[in-house]
Amino acid sequence: MTEHTVSAFDTELSSLRSTVVEMGGFAEKMVEDATRALVRRDPDLAQTIIAADIRLDNLQREVEERAILTIARRQPMAVDLREIVSAIRVAGDIERIGDLAKNIAKRTVAIGNQFQPPKIVVGVQHMSDLVQEQLKDVLDGYTQHDADVALAVWNRDGDIDALYTSLFRELLTYMMEDPRNIGFCTHLLFSAKNIERIGDHTTNIAETINYLVTGETLGPERPKADKSSFTTVDIAKS
Amino acid sequence: MTARVSFAGRKRSNGVMMGLCMAAAVFGLTWLVIILGTLLWEGFSGLSTAVFTENTPPPGSAGGLLNAIVGSLIMTGLGVVIGTPIGILAGTYMAEYGRHSRLSTVVRFINDILLSAPSIVVGLFIYEVMVIQMGHFSAIAGSVALAVIVIPVVVRTTEDMLLLVPNPLREAASALGMPRHFVIRRIAYRAARAGMITGVLLAIARVSGETAPLLFTALNNQFASTNLNGPMASLPVVIFQFALSPYADWQKLAWTGALIITLAVLTLSILARVVAARTQK
Amino acid sequence: MSESVSAAEIAAARPVSSTQGLKEKITVRNLRFYYGDSLALKGIDLPLYDRKVTAFIGPSGCGKSTLLRVLNRMYDLYPGQRAEGEVLLDGNNILAPKQDVNILRSRVGMVFQKPTPFPMSIYDNIAFGIRLYEKVPKSELDDRIESSLRRAAIWDEVKNKLNASGLSLSGGQQQRLCIARTVAIRPEVILLDEPCSALDPISTAKIEELIDELKSDYTIAIVTHNMQQAARVSENTAFMYLGDLVEFGPTSKIFTSPTDSRTQDYITGRFG
Repeated sequence: MTEHTVSAFDTELSSLRSTVVEMGGFAEKMVEDATRALVRRDPDLAQTIIAADIRLDNLQREVEERAILTIARRQPMAVDLREIVSAIRVAGDIERIGDLAKNIAKRTVAIGNQFQPPKIVVGVQHMSDLVQEQLKDVLDGYTQHDADVALAVWNRDGDIDALYTSLFRELLTYMMEDPRNIGFCTHLLFSAKNIERIGDHTTNIAETINYLVTGETLGPERPKADKSSFTTVDIAKS
Repeated sequence: MTARVSFAGRKRSNGVMMGLCMAAAVFGLTWLVIILGTLLWEGFSGLSTAVFTENTPPPGSAGGLLNAIVGSLIMTGLGVVIGTPIGILAGTYMAEYGRHSRLSTVVRFINDILLSAPSIVVGLFIYEVMVIQMGHFSAIAGSVALAVIVIPVVVRTTEDMLLLVPNPLREAASALGMPRHFVIRRIAYRAARAGMITGVLLAIARVSGETAPLLFTALNNQFASTNLNGPMASLPVVIFQFALSPYADWQKLAWTGALIITLAVLTLSILARVVAARTQK
Repeated sequence: MSESVSAAEIAAARPVSSTQGLKEKITVRNLRFYYGDSLALKGIDLPLYDRKVTAFIGPSGCGKSTLLRVLNRMYDLYPGQRAEGEVLLDGNNILAPKQDVNILRSRVGMVFQKPTPFPMSIYDNIAFGIRLYEKVPKSELDDRIESSLRRAAIWDEVKNKLNASGLSLSGGQQQRLCIARTVAIRPEVILLDEPCSALDPISTAKIEELIDELKSDYTIAIVTHNMQQAARVSENTAFMYLGDLVEFGPTSKIFTSPTDSRTQDYITGRFG
């Protein structure tokens, strides 16, 4: 795209974009670390994540303030307006991702060294890998203004939901087998839910990217496969 | 360093120039003051009611300028009445209908020549086409000669004033669906009114002092006359005749006549200024 | 696992343009306009919808004012300017030689960039246009003038000085007086040629409020250099460039996601 007559406008937009990208990289790292801390039961690593979240919050505030200032100063139109609105929205989603990673880290500290069934941990790890891949793709899509990449991410979210539903069922089973499992299982359940929510935020970002590039908003007809809300386990069977 | 040197030089040459300009202004104004002073001195001393009530006398007897004043008023008035409509219509054509036409360019050029043509040429011309044809001098010929002088002044001011009327005003009037003649009469004339009146006043001032065109056309008349078909007295011609005469009382009357014309022109000029100033607001 | 959705499918599922089913008050068809030998409009096709505001934007000299001046045949005042093609007002071609321009202009009113009050009283400024078309008794004339001034949201400011000169008003008031004058002769279409470019922000806001108010009764076309203004007041926007109509569509679309890259560049301030 050609440059603005007022080049300071270009500078403002590109610095806004690069701050959002920086936030994205930071959040990616947080999700990765949070998963590792959970899987390896590493409370020290978890503590560093909890501390790091402040930085993400600050960056988000900075993006918002600069975006508002740019709107006030430049009265952006069309693609510029979409760029700024997208930056605000994406920064918001990334900040939420950071919060969710922090929440996983807090639960990791709470679980401490309690035994975890390897099967479940593998499931959580697998789900997190999927989400991290989604997050990486969607951030690439944002950097490159690529709606197709974003749309691919959007379409893939169903996989994560399906995985979460099966994890949910498994955790329920464990809890029913032995009430002593309920404590850490609940924490694991919430962690899994958090990862699933991170996946939802990546699809939000994908929708924003699509809007940024095409000017069209995606409809509500996103593929959903999170059936945990309807899942029960038959007690009589177990 | 060089800059400072040239600064001093600039100040000096500025001083020299200013000195020269002031000297020239004082020189010019001095003569003007002397002329006006002499006129007032000589003119006021002869001013009396007799000047306005009695006709021009034969040499050696007392009299006034009644016939000349009446003649001047009649011929100037008639000249303006003839010249103004023609001038306004021509100016309107040039500014409104034929703004870019060839005819306008030609008329404008000729009008400018006429504007600066010596008035004696106008007098000779009317003498040729009217006085000789009619076989005698007449007030009507004098009026026509004055009209010929009025026309270019009015044409000029009318055109200039109409051109000053902003085009969007005409467009706005047209946008209401007004026909062209309506736009000109009701909007453009109204907007240019003060300027056009000023033009007419200036034209009156200009012709009220003209001598040359009347010498060849209306000539002079010893007696008060309102007969347009015969010779008629006028202030400038009487002044011309009396001033050149060897009689002291005639010369006195010439001074008084000159004062009357000057005051009349002055009044008209001030009036024109006032009208023009009102447009500025 | 549900099936994937492509971008094309999403676009296809979108509701169709909201302009469908609207009455076209004015239809411009293949309009070409010449200043002497130079072509200023290169074949414009465009609808102006009934009781909607259509904004014309574009860089200086793109032909937007020219287009506006074709719609009431203002160009007729100047020799050497001519238009080809068709401009249909309620289906009748107003470019036809038999069209009476004065009747046309009573149906298609125009307000100009600089306020142009006539050099007469506020009352006469309005009365003038009315008297041009109708013989109305004094009492009715008074009512018409009051309602026109009210319509233009200036009545309260001038009701006590109707005999004062129109030129004594402020710029914003003068412009509203001009709108009142246009409204007074009951046109069907109002053309606004950069009506706010000489006004301060408060006066501009008043005029914009007025446009919003007037569009319930009139079809309005506005030329503006202020893109925010176009975005604020209009339902549809036309972007013109070098005598071409580059893009025409709903204002919400033009200012958030225009189709043509030239429109995008212009409204985002990227023009070279």
